[in-house]
Amino acid sequence: MFGRKVVDKCVREGAWLSVCIPSAVLSGCAGPSVLSPHGTVAAANRAIMLNSLGVMLVIVIPTIAGVGLFAWWFRASNSKARYRPNFAFSGRLELLIWSIPFLVILFLGGIIWIGSHQLDPYKPLASQKKPLEVQVVSLDWKWLFLYPELQLASVNELVVPTGTPVHLSLTSGSVMNSFFVPQLGSMVAVMYGMVTQLHLMADRDGDFYGQSTQFSGQGFADMNFKVRSVSPAAFSAWTTSVRQSGGSLDLKSYQALEAPSQNVPPTTFGQVDPALFARIVSGAPDNLPAHARHSSTRGREAASIAR
Amino acid sequence: MLGKLSWSSLPLDQPIPLVAGSSILLLGLALVVWVVVKGYVPYLWREWITSVDHKRIGVMYCVLALLMLLRGFVDAIMMRSQQAIAYQSPGYLPPEHFNQIFSAHGTIMIFFGAMPFMIGLMNFVVPLQLGVRDIAFPRLNSIGFWLTASGALLVNASLLIGEFARTGWLPYPPLSELQYSPDVGVDYYLWAIQISGLGTLMTGVNLVTTILKTRAPGMSYLRMPMFCWTALATNLLIVAAFPILTATLAMLTLDRYLGFHFFTNSGGGNMMMFINLIWAWGHPEVYVLVLPAFGVFSEIISTFSSKPLFGYRSMVIATMFICIVSFTVWLHHFFTMGAGADVNGAFGIATSIIAVGTGVKIYNWMFTMYGGRIRYETPMLWSVGFLVTFTIGGMSGVLLAVPPADFALHNSLFLVAHFHNVIIGGVLFGAFAAMTFWFPKAFGFRLDERWGKWAFWLAFIGFYVTFVPLYITGLEGMTRRLQHIEVAAWYPWLLVSAAGIVIMMAGAAAQLIQLIVSIRNREALRDETGDPWNGRSLEWATPSPPPAFNFAVLPDVREQEPYWAIKQRAIEQQDLGPAPTYQPIGMPENSSVGFVTAAFTTVLGFALIWQIWWLVIVGLVAGFVLFVIFTWMDPQEREISAEDVAVADRRRRSAREAWLAQQGEAS
Repeated sequence: MFGRKVVDKCVREGAWLSVCIPSAVLSGCAGPSVLSPHGTVAAANRAIMLNSLGVMLVIVIPTIAGVGLFAWWFRASNSKARYRPNFAFSGRLELLIWSIPFLVILFLGGIIWIGSHQLDPYKPLASQKKPLEVQVVSLDWKWLFLYPELQLASVNELVVPTGTPVHLSLTSGSVMNSFFVPQLGSMVAVMYGMVTQLHLMADRDGDFYGQSTQFSGQGFADMNFKVRSVSPAAFSAWTTSVRQSGGSLDLKSYQALEAPSQNVPPTTFGQVDPALFARIVSGAPDNLPAHARHSSTRGREAASIAR
Repeated sequence: MLGKLSWSSLPLDQPIPLVAGSSILLLGLALVVWVVVKGYVPYLWREWITSVDHKRIGVMYCVLALLMLLRGFVDAIMMRSQQAIAYQSPGYLPPEHFNQIFSAHGTIMIFFGAMPFMIGLMNFVVPLQLGVRDIAFPRLNSIGFWLTASGALLVNASLLIGEFARTGWLPYPPLSELQYSPDVGVDYYLWAIQISGLGTLMTGVNLVTTILKTRAPGMSYLRMPMFCWTALATNLLIVAAFPILTATLAMLTLDRYLGFHFFTNSGGGNMMMFINLIWAWGHPEVYVLVLPAFGVFSEIISTFSSKPLFGYRSMVIATMFICIVSFTVWLHHFFTMGAGADVNGAFGIATSIIAVGTGVKIYNWMFTMYGGRIRYETPMLWSVGFLVTFTIGGMSGVLLAVPPADFALHNSLFLVAHFHNVIIGGVLFGAFAAMTFWFPKAFGFRLDERWGKWAFWLAFIGFYVTFVPLYITGLEGMTRRLQHIEVAAWYPWLLVSAAGIVIMMAGAAAQLIQLIVSIRNREALRDETGDPWNGRSLEWATPSPPPAFNFAVLPDVREQEPYWAIKQRAIEQQDLGPAPTYQPIGMPENSSVGFVTAAFTTVLGFALIWQIWWLVIVGLVAGFVLFVIFTWMDPQEREISAEDVAVADRRRRSAREAWLAQQGEAS
């Protein structure tokens, strides 16, 4: 359909609007700006943001200008302005007044609907490469990243290969958090007993700032982490070094890690209990037989609710 | 004996809350002592505390709200200054304190600042505009107010005794559950909000009934002033939404007190349901705040443009449209919680559809100014400031309604800037505009114009200097509620924002000075005619301040702007018309039920918070027994003799005649 195509095109090629924004000001200083994306999802987020802004500015700017103009011209001291004390209704104006916002919202509604589907965080990203699986656990107050295929884990530092989609499955070992790397794109909530999902991909090497965007208590301000996006070769070198440096994440060390702590320096584990994530999701990491069976069913149900 | 209460509940080792709490306490005590020594107690008791007059109650609501706005503003100053200091440094507020401050700031500003102000306004203005003598249930009104005051008292008690919630202004579980928040902070929140929420619900029922059932003869729905329409929409929202809040918080209370598992991590609880329910109340709540402000601006823009409101029917439709659609958008507060694309898309569209209603209103206000003769007194300045600011805030809101944009901006300082943009630019500007507009009606003299203009410009500029940097830091990826920051790019903007709040402080000071100056110059600022702004609706037909019975004779409404029409006729004929025949008027007698019940409710709330069970029983039984006794007592009426009514009205008529003579000479 025509409308859909237009919107689609805008969504894809939305970057054109970014020139209109003084991006030098807004995204200077090399902060983790959502306006200077380094990932496909973040770029799409920005495109939709700027397009929607553009659509709205088309009416907002004239509206504000109109308010200013009328407010100034019709001041009591202006003898040139015509006083029309009975001008309180005009059918034509009414039609215009209702249709302008309505048409804008109609257009914006298209962007919203299509954008929501295109950028559904659960939707895999188009790529030739097989996504890297990463499991994320938010704890009080640090982030644990598990690499199930590689049997590795790291705390407060997520290393990913550039140009490879990353499929994140996220849960919380404690209260609710939200996982967000502004320059890579979309955030998603992280909740106990449930698994949410997110697909991200970095399009260039670099260090990116990540944080929790859901207040989670005492140590919240330090609940940030670094994402290192490195070349595939450097990534495999990193996995080797992590494996060699040792450290094992089993139930016991997980329980030690789980205890509330703040400002935790990045660490790695060369070996990981493959069932750990499922156990955390089940709400019974220590896996007492009867209890765990019950809880893990609940965990799965909850996970499907979360979806 | 004293439950969880002990000496360690006092912040003896924390200088900031200790000093703040004790100075508020001392100030309060000093005020009480002054009142007692000066012998004002009987006057206060008779004329204010036990008053069931809607005007008195309205004024008390607004006074309470202004005090709480100041308290919340102090919290804001502390937050901005902490973030301006805490770059790679712990700042001066440790997390346990900082986290209480932002929680208290939001709670106080919404529940005890903005909302009571709007409710106070509606209480004061609606019966006057409808041309009636009081609100539908005067005693219930008094109870509603005092319950709100009781909640406010409890929130402020947490400053000195124990601590407040450290969970944000909406206590999301599981953080707010006993497991993660074992202290009394969340309990303070829960009981304070439950008690004041009950009061709000009572007032909602009261105002809905008043508007639907008690209007002056001839005042059909489509002759009601716009403010009454927005008040109707607001109170319908209160009646429909507040029970959701009460039920949701009751479930959290059961979790915390009786080991239930509604929202806990264990035992099959689901915290998502709390978030879902709390926003099913929370989004309509946003419109509870802003709809009355829309009504205020409709009245002011039309009055000061010397024109009727443009597109009155269109405005009515837009108001009711917003009232209904506001119930269908709450999910946009948790787009990032993992609902599917269909759900997010549907709620995103529903959210942006609300902007149609608001957009229509903006254009109608614009065309109200078109062809007008606009007088720029302070209320009109606030209104034009609102039109500009609110349009920007609405735009950033619609941007956040686009799910993929929200995925990048949710919970960021961009969001914080957005909702302050609409709440300050909409609700607070509306409150201050309304205060200047209706102050003469309430107290019989106008507020000082010069200081009012200072207050406006400082608040207006201060708002932009404070919040534009927060929009930018939000785009820079900064999330809200950070006690300290590590990212260099955010820091300069946080400094600018701190400078902005200094300007806003100057604005707040200007407001206070304006009050003091106006009270001192009250004779010069006296409003003799009762119609200081050349008004259009019925409240201006009464003297300022209006007598207890409002209208000596109930007005006979024949058009949409009844008072304007009466005035035009009077000017044309150079005559006020024949003096009416006065009848004696029965007015409800004062009642101490509100104050006494609320006093016991405060005790009850305090006892529940600290789990002092014997006191809970005392508070519950005593409060309930008194309530029942009072309820079953026959309502007393006092009669105001026809003579007294005549005296009051003749005074009004002679002032009007003098004014009419002046008009005649001028033309």
